[in-house]
Amino acid sequence: MTRHVVARVGDVPPGSRVLVTLDGREIGVFNVDGEFFAVRNRCPHQAGPLCEGILTRPVSSTRPGEYAFTEEGGILRCPWHQWEFDLATGRSWCDPDRVRVRSYPVVVERGGADVRVPGPYTAETFPVAVEDEYVVVDLGGRLPS
Amino acid sequence: MTALEERPAAPARTTWIDCDVHIAMPSPAALRENLPEEWRERHDRYGGNPFHASLYPRMALGAARTDAWPPDGSAPGSSLPFLREQLLDRWAIEYAVLGPIVRPDQAGMRNPGYAAALARATNDWVVREWLDPDPRLRSSIVVPVEDTEYAVAEIERVAGDPRFVQVYLQIKTSAPLGNRRYWPIYEAAAAHDLPVSIHFGGVGGHPSTAAGWASYYLEDHAGNAQTFQHQLVSLVCSGVLERLPDLRIVLIEGGVAWAPALVWRLDAAFERMHDEVPHLTRRPSEYVADHVWFTTQPVEEPPDPRSLARVFDDLPCLRDRVMYSSDYPHWDFDAPDQVLRTVPLDAALRAKIMTGNARELYRLPR
Repeated sequence: MTRHVVARVGDVPPGSRVLVTLDGREIGVFNVDGEFFAVRNRCPHQAGPLCEGILTRPVSSTRPGEYAFTEEGGILRCPWHQWEFDLATGRSWCDPDRVRVRSYPVVVERGGADVRVPGPYTAETFPVAVEDEYVVVDLGGRLPS
Repeated sequence: MTALEERPAAPARTTWIDCDVHIAMPSPAALRENLPEEWRERHDRYGGNPFHASLYPRMALGAARTDAWPPDGSAPGSSLPFLREQLLDRWAIEYAVLGPIVRPDQAGMRNPGYAAALARATNDWVVREWLDPDPRLRSSIVVPVEDTEYAVAEIERVAGDPRFVQVYLQIKTSAPLGNRRYWPIYEAAAAHDLPVSIHFGGVGGHPSTAAGWASYYLEDHAGNAQTFQHQLVSLVCSGVLERLPDLRIVLIEGGVAWAPALVWRLDAAFERMHDEVPHLTRRPSEYVADHVWFTTQPVEEPPDPRSLARVFDDLPCLRDRVMYSSDYPHWDFDAPDQVLRTVPLDAALRAKIMTGNARELYRLPR
């Protein structure tokens, strides 16, 4: 299991993201209302830079002409063709069974819990302080969907 | 056989010819700088027209890929270095045929003098900022389509530059394109051995669909194929393709897969109604086969990719007539190594689509 510390929790406020390279893979880590998600920065449709797209919410309607955002859920829209992906599952809205982006489990851990995890931040550039919380991406498994 | 001959040829580098790449002036201020003095003064007084005049709120600003805005915030398609980075160098594009977008969204086209000034300013800007700096680029000639005299004059003015490879019209015109008012444009193009391309867009005043004004961009976008079909029918029935046997028409961004059914329908009706159009000496399908080219993007994407491959059997002329296009920087951009990836095309046909047909049509040197 390869676990990577990618950021301080406070550095990725709700609605924001960080783009990191882990084991040669570009991965976007998103904060949706305090919950973290990580997906590969490669759209499975035509290989566009998915994680540079707009983070939004699902839209629903009760009748023509009405538009409403649903309360929950992070939808990532690819900057090329606006394909939508559910960040929680990696599934595309258009073709959820066949077209999915690789997603990775993300957890928030307190500093000092396991400082041996490798990551882009070394002790020199990112001194680990026990009182901080960190976003940790796990490349070893896939989120259950 | 000598040792030299036995050596296998180096594998050919995969290249593409992209037949639909959009450029635009970076800002209203840039347009102002390119206009002649009399229009500059008017531009200052009225500020030009709004930059984005779409009737429908689309899902992407400027109909562009959201990552296609240059770092300085100028309009998508307005930076040559950024075009190189995002398209030309990234995919080793051998040639890109530019479709300059005339701001402000051609609303000025109703005034013949302003329309002519916009066309001249745009074509000169294209030469200076794009064709001169990058030898991979070719361009379409922007013309004020609704004023035939000015349109012909603009073709005559720039056609001597071989880097202009076609005349550029928009699919939404005030009258069907077979109307005789437009014929001088076709005659001028044919006289200069230039194809006439017809691209998505335009402000002729009619909706995309023949059913009236749609509510949603989705309808407008899908209905766009209808507009292309009507224009093609108009061109065929008008007799202009009979009059100008060398005229070449390029339908850009209008789809491909509908062509067989349309041609079948036209041919069948022609058998019964040919005496209504006695100026046509051949079947509609023959005019289409000899005169009409198509670009891929946004190509139909059926659930079974084999359905798309079959159109090349249904209408065999398409093998020599379909050309790859990306539509960069717009939201429905097709990457050359992704589009048609799953469609079972034979290698020869794929090569024709990706480079061969465009090389032949535009007479592009290797």
